[in-house]
Amino acid sequence: MTWELLSETLRLEQYNTRLVVLGVAFLGATAGLVGSFLLLRKQSLLGDALSHATLPGIGIAFALMSALGFTGKSLPGLLIGATITGLFGVLLVLAIRKTTRLKDDAAMGIVLSVFFGLGVAILKMVERLPGQSAAGLDGFIYGKTASMVWSDFVLIAIILVITTAVTIALLKELTLLCFDANFASTQGWPVLWLDIILMALVTAVTVVGLQAVGLILIIAFLITPPTAARFWTNRLGWMLFLSSTIGAISGWLGVSISALYSNLPAGAIIVISAATIFLFSMIFGTARGVLPRYLRHLKLLRKVGRQHLLRSTYEILEETQDTKPLKNLPIPIDLLRKHRYWSKGELAKLIRQARSEDHIERQPSGELRLSESGFGEASRITRNHRLWELYLIKYADIAPSHVDRDADMVEHLLGAEIVHQLEAELDLSKPTIDSPHTIEPKELVPLSKPTG
Amino acid sequence: MRPEHPPEFPLAVHDLTVAYHRKPVLWDVELNIPEGTLAGIVGPNGAGKSTLLKACLELIPKTSGEALIYGKTYEQQRDLIAYVPQRESVDWDFPVSALDVVAMGTYRKLGWFKHITGAQKKQAFEALEKIGIGHLARRQISQLSGGQQQRVFLARALVQDAQIYFMDEPFAAVDAATEQAIIGLLKELNTQGKTVLCVHHDLATVSRYFDYLVLLNMRVVASGPTSETFTRENLQKTYGGKLNLLDDVAQALKNVGRS
Repeated sequence: MTWELLSETLRLEQYNTRLVVLGVAFLGATAGLVGSFLLLRKQSLLGDALSHATLPGIGIAFALMSALGFTGKSLPGLLIGATITGLFGVLLVLAIRKTTRLKDDAAMGIVLSVFFGLGVAILKMVERLPGQSAAGLDGFIYGKTASMVWSDFVLIAIILVITTAVTIALLKELTLLCFDANFASTQGWPVLWLDIILMALVTAVTVVGLQAVGLILIIAFLITPPTAARFWTNRLGWMLFLSSTIGAISGWLGVSISALYSNLPAGAIIVISAATIFLFSMIFGTARGVLPRYLRHLKLLRKVGRQHLLRSTYEILEETQDTKPLKNLPIPIDLLRKHRYWSKGELAKLIRQARSEDHIERQPSGELRLSESGFGEASRITRNHRLWELYLIKYADIAPSHVDRDADMVEHLLGAEIVHQLEAELDLSKPTIDSPHTIEPKELVPLSKPTG
Repeated sequence: MRPEHPPEFPLAVHDLTVAYHRKPVLWDVELNIPEGTLAGIVGPNGAGKSTLLKACLELIPKTSGEALIYGKTYEQQRDLIAYVPQRESVDWDFPVSALDVVAMGTYRKLGWFKHITGAQKKQAFEALEKIGIGHLARRQISQLSGGQQQRVFLARALVQDAQIYFMDEPFAAVDAATEQAIIGLLKELNTQGKTVLCVHHDLATVSRYFDYLVLLNMRVVASGPTSETFTRENLQKTYGGKLNLLDDVAQALKNVGRS
């Protein structure tokens, strides 16, 4: 096994795998598209029930076709059989849901396992039928990707085109159905028919996918790409596009890899490829991934630390000077550390950070001094903090002795617009309540832009 | 046409019974909501308030009876009605923006297959502006606060430009600013002569918000102008033993007619 061979397969240069790789990639794109709506409609399990319920149909179709003297393994016939029992399974779920008080998951679980069990039993029975060999029918359970022929490829391509066309035409209708079916219904949209269209698309993908990935794994092909895509975007259009692309890539990768190791089932490798992309998206996804969220949190912590350092420095300057305007004098580190009960390590880190941002300078004597921009920033931060304190006292009825702590938590989020509102709200020119601190009138505050 | 439900009423309910799994939730509801009122539907938990709205909107099947909109069936009068569902009824993690949700109110007029264009977006944006959250139009809906989500739903109803508004608990768990915005909107709709029917749970605010009242507990206990209907006796009948907050109600009663 060589890398050249793998890369040849991936680049579709191997004639005998080209068709299969392309076919499964197309199937992946279709599954990703349809799966997005299935996921958003919260019917993933229904898709699973559907795919498992196809198995009895395959067995029955084989038996019927053999009995009538046709080739038992004619693919269109088998797929029609699969569609019929698959849809029957879905109808049964809906019927159980409507007539009993069983919850959805129970209804789907029952149908899924009963139909699958029935399918396995029927396959065993038709194997004993005289005349035709039923060997290979169980390929539909795990998928038999390599056996794909030109007509299968054409079928997948047609389904892809139809699915894309329907999705584009009915984008707004399907979105409304998935987001708020009740509202759609009050607006006169035929919710039942939209659901039927969606289920028809899911059925089409499931049935044509039976051969490639098998009925057990097709649900992963439907659901994994959209869940992965959701980590990258908050917009439906993008989600559909990404989901399709992820589905196609998983199919392409999975088949290429499995083509080289003939004992590896393609369906499984496809699902593993999709799961790998899912895992990557879950960690790195820009919209909802774990890592970006953690980084945003770290950034906020950093901002909070910086603001605390600057405000503390400013407050020390105020405490140690009687005269106004405030002079920017150096202060000893120990005084700063005691002011907020920082540990040595914490403070050293904050100071390093503030120095890199050019807000604080270290004097030759070892004392700290705010830089010119740092002084302006410190004054601005302190002022915002006090405005917020005052607002809390006035409107939230928080005791002046407790307000400092509450103000601490929110002040870091105050934007210029909110500060402006606060000023208007509090009308600083005629103070009615005592702030525990002084608030400088605006003119004295240097107009430095916040850097954070 | 039934003589007791003349067609000038925006909503007339006749002999409505609704049952879930053969257990009745609403019994023989008879109701006429006069045009141009701000009507509140009030009652204890499980009284069937939301069910009444949903049955009128044909979202759940009626066991018997009918609901008429200006004398005709709901199906014939769909364009006259805007519905604001309970906020919890949808998944706010859905990958759409506030503007997208509001634009859904224009879908019916737009018709099949057509995608929204600048005109619908503009309409949606204006509705958001009107309810005070135009600056949040591009936000993904999960990043909105509960009150802001409620306002998105109201804006969606606004773009429908309806005659009758059905609202299911619009005041549930919203912040004070949103409550004010909603009340402002209701009064404005009221001055335009539109009818608003609102499921409500807070007895203390009933007399300030609504000029017409339906007291519901599986059946209509009383309905009529708030000043006549919002009495201690009627509330006793509606809430029965469940009313442990009589003092609150006494306070609320004092406010009758003050608004």
